[in-house]
Amino acid sequence: MKVVVCVKQIPDPALPGELDPTTNLLKRDGKLILDESDSYGVEMALQLVEAAGGGEVSLVSMAPNNEMSGLRTALAMGADDAILVSDENLAGTDALGTAKVLAAAIGRLSPDLILAGVESSDGYTGTVPEMIAGVLDLPSVTFAKQISIDGDTVKAQRQTEAGYDDIECKLPVLLSVTAGVVEPRYPSFKGIMAAKKKPVEALDLQALGIESNTVGVVGARQETIRVTEAEERESGEIIEDDGDAHQRIAEFLGELKVV
Amino acid sequence: MSLNTIMVFAEGDESGPTTLTLELIRAARGVAANVEAFVLDDGSSMAESLGDHGVSKIHAMGGAEGKLVGAHAAALMADLVVSNLPDAVFFGQTPDGRDTAARLSVRLDQPVITNNVGVTVEDGVLVLEEPVFGGTQNIFTAFRNDGASLALFRPKSFEAESIGGAIAEVSVLEGADPGNSGTAIVTGRVIEERSGPQLDSAAVVVSGGRGLGQPEAYELVDELAGLLNAASGASRAIVDAGWVPYSKQVGQTGKVVKPSLYFACGISGATQHLVGMKGSKVIIAINKDPEAPIFSVADLGIVGDVHKVMPALIETLKAT
Ligand SMILES: Cc1cc2nc3c(=O)[nH]c(=O)nc-3n(C[C@H](O)[C@H](O)[C@H](O)COP(=O)(O)OP(=O)(O)OC[C@H]3O[C@@H](n4cnc5c(N)ncnc54)[C@H](O)[C@@H]3O)c2cc1C
Repeated sequence: MKVVVCVKQIPDPALPGELDPTTNLLKRDGKLILDESDSYGVEMALQLVEAAGGGEVSLVSMAPNNEMSGLRTALAMGADDAILVSDENLAGTDALGTAKVLAAAIGRLSPDLILAGVESSDGYTGTVPEMIAGVLDLPSVTFAKQISIDGDTVKAQRQTEAGYDDIECKLPVLLSVTAGVVEPRYPSFKGIMAAKKKPVEALDLQALGIESNTVGVVGARQETIRVTEAEERESGEIIEDDGDAHQRIAEFLGELKVV
Repeated sequence: MSLNTIMVFAEGDESGPTTLTLELIRAARGVAANVEAFVLDDGSSMAESLGDHGVSKIHAMGGAEGKLVGAHAAALMADLVVSNLPDAVFFGQTPDGRDTAARLSVRLDQPVITNNVGVTVEDGVLVLEEPVFGGTQNIFTAFRNDGASLALFRPKSFEAESIGGAIAEVSVLEGADPGNSGTAIVTGRVIEERSGPQLDSAAVVVSGGRGLGQPEAYELVDELAGLLNAASGASRAIVDAGWVPYSKQVGQTGKVVKPSLYFACGISGATQHLVGMKGSKVIIAINKDPEAPIFSVADLGIVGDVHKVMPALIETLKAT
């Protein structure tokens, strides 16, 4: 079985995010790491391949400056190889443009299964996986929280607002995986060493046959026209509990007429 | 200056449209002269309620009949958008709303702007407002495309408003077939916990987080919620850990709540949690860390241990 996992490399979410004052785009020039949202897709792919008794897990990522530290993390977890798409014309690419690029890269691999995170931690549009399926004219199951493969059929639970739906679909299919569905493994020392030698194919737009005006800022066809500070919510009364804070809460609830 | 026509992707069931659908209609009415809607059945069940809120015409797409909604709806919608040329299509940020907008975006080759909480028209184009960095800043983005603009809106961003409009005219959409993209089928449907006050509509919400320490301690949240006639919610940390189902998650990837009172117990107040509850009228927080970010939005903050404060509060409330 051949599985492709889409992975995004993002600025460390533990650090405060910042917009570039001239372009109003999220700054991405520092070191990038594997988006935690995607580590679930990588783990799921590794488990599905193990359950199927063998196969291959390939990664696909689009990132500025041939950045691959996040890819190396996913390779260290156990993925076999990767395609990295980098091109200066990709700056400012929106969700649809990203999907066009990733779909073109995935198309070279003819996978049985494509996995992605439901949404990235930094952009969180939650639309890219479904758009990739659209570009490739494939069926999809978004918000998948459990996945199993039975012959040429995928069975998945798709999270809904009220619970979940059971879904079945024939391969090839794309699934977006919710966070928390599996426990992403930590790369072992051996895995980290092995990852350094795993093949990463670097491609640009020309190699993918994509016109540069269909992606990037031009292809996005949208413009951030201003950024404002939101109104701050004032914090109120903060008290230390010395054993009677519950009485202050009860009083407060009384003032609010909740009790 | 307002736009001509905005079409709204309506969601709902036999009992009528969702509140989010009615909020989208309100948003569309604010910027366009004419509002129409796509509905996933024969249209009759919503003609009255959508009309009452200002929809002139319903485009009935039929049920998805055991298929996933996104691919099915987008195929039908694409043809109509190409022939009728609305200025924009609005979607609610739900799983089906996102899927449908994404599929439609590919079919029409038009951009989608997501996570919006506001909309205006400036110089004749749609401008959307999206909160970023946990709602500390707002970005305003203008479409620069030719053709229909696609936008997804977060729940509770607009106030639904009935305007006494006439029953909407229903026209049936036929023809388009999603082909291979529509071959995923729904074989079963599981509804988790639908009894008691619901998270997105309850006047009071009590939520618990990792500070509860262990899954059993969530009973404190349920008990307090019961006493306050509240819905119970959760941070993602304890949803991911499997303590409670996803349907209880509040935040960026969960539900947006705006109750009169939000009670956060053992929740740190990460930006992704705050965007889902910051609009609450009053916030009470219990956290043992005086530096926890949740205190910066709390009207009453208790620096203390949930295992001491919550049981004592529950006893006090029971006694009154
Ligand atoms: C893309 C993305 C989307 C996300 N979406 C969401 C979302 O929708 N909703 C969401 O909630 N999170 C979301 N998160 C996760 C978010 O960043 C936080 O990790 C999460 O909210 C933390 O949950 P928590 O507050 O329960 O846990 P923690 O951050 O671990 O906080 C636990 C708190 O409990 C306190 N505490 C510990 N013991 C006690 C005690 N005995 N008594 C009192 N207090 C105690 C601690 O001081 C601490 O502040 C998202 C993250 C990403 C990257």
